[in-house]
Amino acid sequence: MMKKIFTRPKALTESPFHYCPGCSHGIVHRLVAEVIDELGVADDTVGVCPVGCAVFAYNYFNVDMFQASHGRAPAVATGIKRSLPDRIVFTYQGDGDLASIGTAEIVHAVARSEKFTSIFINNAVYGMTGGQMAPTTLIGQKTTTTPAGRDQEETGFPIKMSEMLSTLDGAAYVARVSVHSPQHIVKAKKAIKKAFEIQMSGKGFAMVEVLSICPTNWGMSPSESLKWLEENMIPYYPLGVYKEPAEVK
Amino acid sequence: MSKILMKGNEAIGEGAIRAGCRHFFGYPITPQSELPHYLAKRMPEVNGVFLQAESEVSSINMVYGAAGAGKRVMTSSSSPGLSLMQEGISYLVGAELPCVVVNIMRGGPGLGNIAPAQGDYFQSTKGGGHGDYKLITLAPESVQEIIDLMAKAFDLSDQYRNPVMLLGDGVLGQMMEPVELGDIKDVKQTEKTWAASGMKGRNKPNIINSLYIQPEDCEDMNEKLFAKYAEISGKEKLWEEYQLDEADIVLVAYGTAARICKSAVDKAREKGIKAGLVRPITLWPFPDNVIADAASSANNVLTVEMSMGQMVEDVRLAVNGTCPVHFYGRSGGMVPLVSDVLAEIEKLAAGGDR
Repeated sequence: MMKKIFTRPKALTESPFHYCPGCSHGIVHRLVAEVIDELGVADDTVGVCPVGCAVFAYNYFNVDMFQASHGRAPAVATGIKRSLPDRIVFTYQGDGDLASIGTAEIVHAVARSEKFTSIFINNAVYGMTGGQMAPTTLIGQKTTTTPAGRDQEETGFPIKMSEMLSTLDGAAYVARVSVHSPQHIVKAKKAIKKAFEIQMSGKGFAMVEVLSICPTNWGMSPSESLKWLEENMIPYYPLGVYKEPAEVK
Repeated sequence: MSKILMKGNEAIGEGAIRAGCRHFFGYPITPQSELPHYLAKRMPEVNGVFLQAESEVSSINMVYGAAGAGKRVMTSSSSPGLSLMQEGISYLVGAELPCVVVNIMRGGPGLGNIAPAQGDYFQSTKGGGHGDYKLITLAPESVQEIIDLMAKAFDLSDQYRNPVMLLGDGVLGQMMEPVELGDIKDVKQTEKTWAASGMKGRNKPNIINSLYIQPEDCEDMNEKLFAKYAEISGKEKLWEEYQLDEADIVLVAYGTAARICKSAVDKAREKGIKAGLVRPITLWPFPDNVIADAASSANNVLTVEMSMGQMVEDVRLAVNGTCPVHFYGRSGGMVPLVSDVLAEIEKLAAGGDR
């Protein structure tokens, strides 16, 4: 009999993902689910999904889930965690959700050092609504609302959320990772696991920003997208750990 | 038991504690500030959670989190803050989450002022946010009635899995009156098997959600909500009838305006004018049948509000043309005087044109 060496994480349901070909959400969903399995916390975990492409994440994570209004996942997670301090709570949010409409909620959740974990998908574009400029869209990047490329004179500069949030005393752990190559996926998983462990140890707020691709709205093939991320996003959004508790360094 | 002197805003807080509420999220705004002040002290005494949010938008979404986790939870604000909460309230309805939302109304529109008003009747009773829905809306007239209604507010909210609005105004929130609190009793709460609080051995996840991407499903959801609202309309109307015996002139007013109308009715009766009052306690469901009954034997109906006239539209629907419905109101934070209301009653009694 053949030995099964690779299988679906228990923390994912059987529902097939609706995401476009090449989209990074599937990878990141899997990493979060693997971490929940490895930590053995599926029974105690409550997730909060955003408005955006990941709005249906409640169909995919095999744990209790909330769907939050646009940008408010950190406020919803605050309400959950303050009600059930012994549960593991995470939000899963895109760049429009976390870095545009929901900036107040994420900043103040971090300032209060709410003991939950945020997974922040940065793919530099609005996906579900049709490829509009995101707060993280790069200068020169073409989107449906910056058809000539993002012009800083008109639309300002992309926001570096990890750098910004790591300046807050309430941030216990902030890291930026990428999922454009297998090696980076392995590193991304380690960061996600650490972000859950930091929550479980009660040290405070933890966030992992995941640089991701959106071939559909970037107008590229998946392989072109991976290359574009590496060559354009990483120079502007450097990978690394921006904040971590002193004792786990 | 002896009576103690309490502010309306504090009574809302104590009433909530006694109703088993242990979670409060709110943002400062006048004229409801005594309520968060009270709960900031009181919640820690009962191992509850008091959290000052960064905005009303966050407050209502924290309520969504706590309610979905299965807790009795409340937020409070005043008019402009309620406008900010409307999206969140619509989500709470769509996800069928119970909670209590307090609005101590002030003058508007815009920044308006911090004086008492009743200009948020439409917003409270007609939905307020996007989509088809209703809030059970309770309108107490005294500090004692606040205490008595808080347990009801949480019970109705749990029973029907719908937010309940407690609607007062700056007068009610700020005034002190003697109240009897009664004994602290164990609160029986319904088990919330639907809560998303961690599966804990359950084999299927619970999902708190208001997204129905298929129009067929979304229509089913609307029909489910309105079947619930039909049941609430049939069972949960509350009102007070005051001096309605042989009343030729029936006043309709709620909250602070009703207190003023009671004095005006007394003075009218002293002058031999047969005036009476219907005071809706639930503004939704609206006690339309009671108003229709009272109007059927009256010559005139007079609605009195601290607004330019909002509830009067529901009164007209209830009366349905069986007699004239008149309106007297002050707005922008102005409060009608008893003598003003009496003058309106006397005009109607004299058969004069208003």
